Amino acid sequence: MDAIFSNLDLYWQGFRMTLWLTLASAATALVLGTILAAFRVSPVASLRWFGTVYVELVRNTPLTIVFFFFIFVAPQVGIRTPSFFVSAWVALSIYTAAFVCEAVRSGINSVGVGQAEAARAIGLTFTQTLQLIVLPQAFRTVVPPLINIFIALTKNTSVAGGFAVTELFAIGRRLANSNPADVIPVLIGIGVCYLILTIPSGILASWVERKVVFAR
Amino acid sequence: MSSVLYDTPGPRARRRERIGSVIGGLALLALLGFGAWQLQKNGIFEAERWSIYFDPPKNQEAADVWNFLLVEGLGATLRAAAIAAPLALALGLILAVGRITPQRWISWPSIFVIEIFRGLPVVLMMLFGVLALNLSFLEAVVFGLVVYNMAIFAEILRAGIVSLPAGQAEAAYAVGLTRTQTLLSILLPQAVRRMLPSLVSQLVVLLKDSSLGFIIGYAELLRSVQNLRDFFGIRYVVPLFAVGAAIYIIINLTLSRLAVYLERRGSAKTAGGVAAAKEAVGGQVQGPDDRSTGA
Repeated sequence: MDAIFSNLDLYWQGFRMTLWLTLASAATALVLGTILAAFRVSPVASLRWFGTVYVELVRNTPLTIVFFFFIFVAPQVGIRTPSFFVSAWVALSIYTAAFVCEAVRSGINSVGVGQAEAARAIGLTFTQTLQLIVLPQAFRTVVPPLINIFIALTKNTSVAGGFAVTELFAIGRRLANSNPADVIPVLIGIGVCYLILTIPSGILASWVERKVVFAR
Repeated sequence: MSSVLYDTPGPRARRRERIGSVIGGLALLALLGFGAWQLQKNGIFEAERWSIYFDPPKNQEAADVWNFLLVEGLGATLRAAAIAAPLALALGLILAVGRITPQRWISWPSIFVIEIFRGLPVVLMMLFGVLALNLSFLEAVVFGLVVYNMAIFAEILRAGIVSLPAGQAEAAYAVGLTRTQTLLSILLPQAVRRMLPSLVSQLVVLLKDSSLGFIIGYAELLRSVQNLRDFFGIRYVVPLFAVGAAIYIIINLTLSRLAVYLERRGSAKTAGGVAAAKEAVGGQVQGPDDRSTGA
């Protein structure tokens, strides 16, 4: 247990990095994913097509491959990022955006066609329909899956630890290697750090989900 | 096409859409062209770089390069996934049954195991396998994949059982079946069938996650790419990566198509329908599969 208590500052450093990477990527992925979802529901065929190809391609690519691309391959084709953190941020954002896009899109599609037809029938404009009728309903459906996506993102930041970002997983590996006698407590400590982030978020997601069901 | 956002377009709107589509298409082509130009500028299309696949440098045989990628690399990836998938399914089934049994001394540990392993990164569990359990790399990768995916499979199966109409269990009890008989011969077969698309989707996630073995040192496909790069030199990394990534994407796309096919076929055949393989949102039967979250 000494290995944990004498290295609490390292744990804290890794925890902060994991959290920071999660929040930065979540914000970027949210913006990117929403734009992609707008592409996928737009009447413009070429944008729809782009959105579909992006989502299908990214969802079927392992995250490790995406990281490998940004760390080892991108510099060869002239794409350079200032640090490993930025590479990890970009990789996680691009990967997560595909899942955000699908959640937002199915949220919009879950609103009944009759809702929008009724709105148009009473004379609301396109903007009003979107603002007053469609988006408030879509938002409710989208939030629980979005929380689940961000939980997955929190766990996915551990891949960054395999590519030179010193977040929780990397700290865990370093401490486990330097304290061979305490490998099990060290790694369980790292696991607990992840659970501190993921389990409450999971509870939040199912709570929101229940709220939304009642509201319908 | 009418959607929630806009009505079926008339001739004028259709013309506008077509113009917008052409402009959007041109913008995307320009982007693609810029990408190709960037690749060209960095000499990616030089035949010499791609010679690694037909006439590799350093007196190597092209067949050896392919053998290293496809037989050793892809073979190791598929081996890990093929061992892990049935184990995770079997354990997931046990956990799902455990979770819904009324005996608390069975259900509470099941819930505990599911919730803990669902919330941990797979790569951390693989590292745990290597360092704490002294497993070989293959065993550690399988261990990480199994403990994580059994929790997810358990949740998918439970969602399937819960989604069945209550009348199914009630009718079974009414004809005198015991709890176990009801579960095994009435509920589970229907739940498995209903959740088949989600289960196949989760297999895609499992296969994708096997690439995490790269991080802990398992010699799988991505590691083959890296070893070949280290051997032949950094200038060959783009061709090597392109083929490695393409293999992953082709396999996963095929499996994903299979899930969508099963979903279509299932919803046409069974009265209750099957859970969506992709969209786990929107009130319908909800599979907690990772396909929709990207874990």
